[in-house]
Amino acid sequence: MDLAYSAEEEEFRARLRGWLRTALPGLPAPPDPHDWPARRAYDCGWQRMLYEAGYAGLHWPAEAGGQGATPTQHLIFLEETERAGAPYVGAGFVGLLHAGPTIAAEGTPEQRARWLPPILRGEQVWCQGFSEPDAGSDLAALRTRAVRDGEDYLVTGSKIWTSHAQIADWCELLVRTGTGHETPGGPDTSRHRGLSWLALPMDAPGVTVRPLRTLAGTTEFAEVFLDGVRIPASQRIGAENDGWRVTLVTLSFERGTAFAGEVVACRRVLREVARAARDNGRWDDPVLRRRLGRLAADLGALWRLIQWNVSEAQHTGGLPGTGGSVFKLCYSRARQELFEAAAEALGLAALDRNHRWTADRLSSLAYTIAAGTSQIQRNIVAERILGLPRGR
Amino acid sequence: MDFRLTEEQRALRTTLRELLARHYPPHRLREAAAAARTPDANGAAGGEAGEPPTAPTSPATPGALSPATPGTPATPGTPATPGTPVTSVAPATLGAPVSLGTSVPLGASVAPGAPGAEVVDAECWRALGRAGFFAVLLPEASGGLGLGLPEAVLLFEEAGRALLPGPLVGTALAAGLVPGAAEGEAMVGALDARHPLLEYPGVCRAALVLDGATTRLLDTGELARCATPLDSLDPLTPLASLPGPLPARHPPGRPPGASRLRQEATLLTAALQLGSAARSVETAVAHARGRTQFGRPIGAFQAVQHLCAGMLERLEPARCAVYAAAVTGTAEESAAAKLLADEAAIHNARDCLQVHGGTGFTWESEVHLHLKRAWVRAAQWTTAQEAEELLAAELLTPETDWPRNS
Repeated sequence: MDLAYSAEEEEFRARLRGWLRTALPGLPAPPDPHDWPARRAYDCGWQRMLYEAGYAGLHWPAEAGGQGATPTQHLIFLEETERAGAPYVGAGFVGLLHAGPTIAAEGTPEQRARWLPPILRGEQVWCQGFSEPDAGSDLAALRTRAVRDGEDYLVTGSKIWTSHAQIADWCELLVRTGTGHETPGGPDTSRHRGLSWLALPMDAPGVTVRPLRTLAGTTEFAEVFLDGVRIPASQRIGAENDGWRVTLVTLSFERGTAFAGEVVACRRVLREVARAARDNGRWDDPVLRRRLGRLAADLGALWRLIQWNVSEAQHTGGLPGTGGSVFKLCYSRARQELFEAAAEALGLAALDRNHRWTADRLSSLAYTIAAGTSQIQRNIVAERILGLPRGR
Repeated sequence: MDFRLTEEQRALRTTLRELLARHYPPHRLREAAAAARTPDANGAAGGEAGEPPTAPTSPATPGALSPATPGTPATPGTPATPGTPVTSVAPATLGAPVSLGTSVPLGASVAPGAPGAEVVDAECWRALGRAGFFAVLLPEASGGLGLGLPEAVLLFEEAGRALLPGPLVGTALAAGLVPGAAEGEAMVGALDARHPLLEYPGVCRAALVLDGATTRLLDTGELARCATPLDSLDPLTPLASLPGPLPARHPPGRPPGASRLRQEATLLTAALQLGSAARSVETAVAHARGRTQFGRPIGAFQAVQHLCAGMLERLEPARCAVYAAAVTGTAEESAAAKLLADEAAIHNARDCLQVHGGTGFTWESEVHLHLKRAWVRAAQWTTAQEAEELLAAELLTPETDWPRNS
């Protein structure tokens, strides 16, 4: 049980801090959150700065153009960039955390050379085409179909909850290529067997993007309609009908550190909430005080849980354990509770939609839904960690 | 950073788990509960119905029973004598022998019928003593194991998992301070003057009282005068209250020490709660896999699965909080660890009871013992209110580095 960082890790931290001190003042002003092209330019500009400083693809393997950093170094990076107020990965999220690592692990040398460098340099933005209107938690039920036509696939169907679709160059697209339910081996097996992972260029003919307005009033999601879109078979990652396994590789790259920076940010917000309550007199309410004290305990424990998971990952070759599900369940609830407590501390000011914590209060509602609902996560915990019988 | 158990720590944990499996197998817990007095007149072996759980000892053989056995002369309704002087313990005297009565063998020192005598397993206690359980934090030079808080919390987590009865925390705190404590030859209680509650009063040869910054010691006779038995909710944790005011006199030049002991007690109690919370998950999962209704194990129903998953959601952050507090040793992390471990122990026992259905509501089931002990421990040392207020106050102080990286 060692929480102290090694001399090598501290050196990494010191070098990063030094770079952040000189680099961050050079950043342009943050863009209007509703101006998507400006947000893309800002996020890509930050990625370019990371690339030039040698921090791009920190946790990617070196042979894929990354830095081959350890999980602990990645954790230090997330902690220090958050502390310094550096930009979040933003529009680069899917490319750097999902599509890129998948191509690095499963792509051919040609595919890696084609797609990975532009992601690392901040030149190309990816989005994710997994969920469908009728395939959310039950992702394997997806129906977007790709039919082979010579050297191409013709793809028809629709995707939903596609973040950054309106500003993306590429989409990691999961489609049905197999014969599906007719395949012998039982319906469940065949559903998973008949899927393929394709790289879809978002400017291809037949692609229509329709932004979705979220309850927070923002439009970071979109529906993507595909009408006979032609995709060369050379843009398939992995074998035909093997897309489910390829997708699990993608999802496994989250590694439990995805929210590390956010936990640090939540701690800062919690302190700001406490000061706001002191200034408006609500600090005298012991119920509110204790609620905030409890949140301090929760956030502290979540940080220690991240360190526990990262230490595990460090010894299992960087692959995440199922511990990520427990963390995600706890963190999503703590984040929602933080902004509910903030609203109580603010009083009537919490009803002002322009208050800086209102947007966070609203967007926090997605945390128990996105990337596996809390209910799906509890199924995973029950069956894969606790070993309870399958519930179907 | 390598926040995992080392090989040595795993081995230490395994050693204690095996020792407890030998000396305190699960059926002993149920036997102790069956033997404990219940409010039911037709209850199992134990005291007579309606009799208060006092130990009106009138030792016939002083050598065996007195003064090592305090008994509890205060009868219900009769306030204990307040203002009894206590022995102050300065660090300079930590290693020095303190006069605490005779060195009567542990088992014989317990009066029949004394609160705690029927639930504390003297033989197991001595085995723990021989293994160094109570001396885990005592320096090697003083005859202890000389290990750190991380090792101590791992040992206490195992004791919590087994729900081992006895004044575990007090005795460990008293190692090196009260003769026989480190070796498992004397049981010693401990309490925070803010929560004047003593567990296992009938078997404690002495009690540490942490009062503000001062560490005092109530010897056997003073303990007997101060303690008023409480008809404990938990059949395996006899309790006595020490109605105030506790002796306020103390010599000048008070040494520090109480705050460190209080923090250790908080953390070790949190570790006991953690072990209990983990045991509740295991018990619930085992039951959910084995119990069949509607033609399938109840653990295949999502409603039950999600109850069990929720137990792990409490357990894992609490575990990391307890282990981290053992490493950093800060007051804030220790308080947070206790807060989360208390909640994990209480609510995991509650959910475990729910998973067990009607069986969980019986005296024979182990489940209620975890719940009741968790309630007792939550009231000891740093309570939820104190922890939350401490952590809230800390939010308004100038921020040091967060997260603390050492």
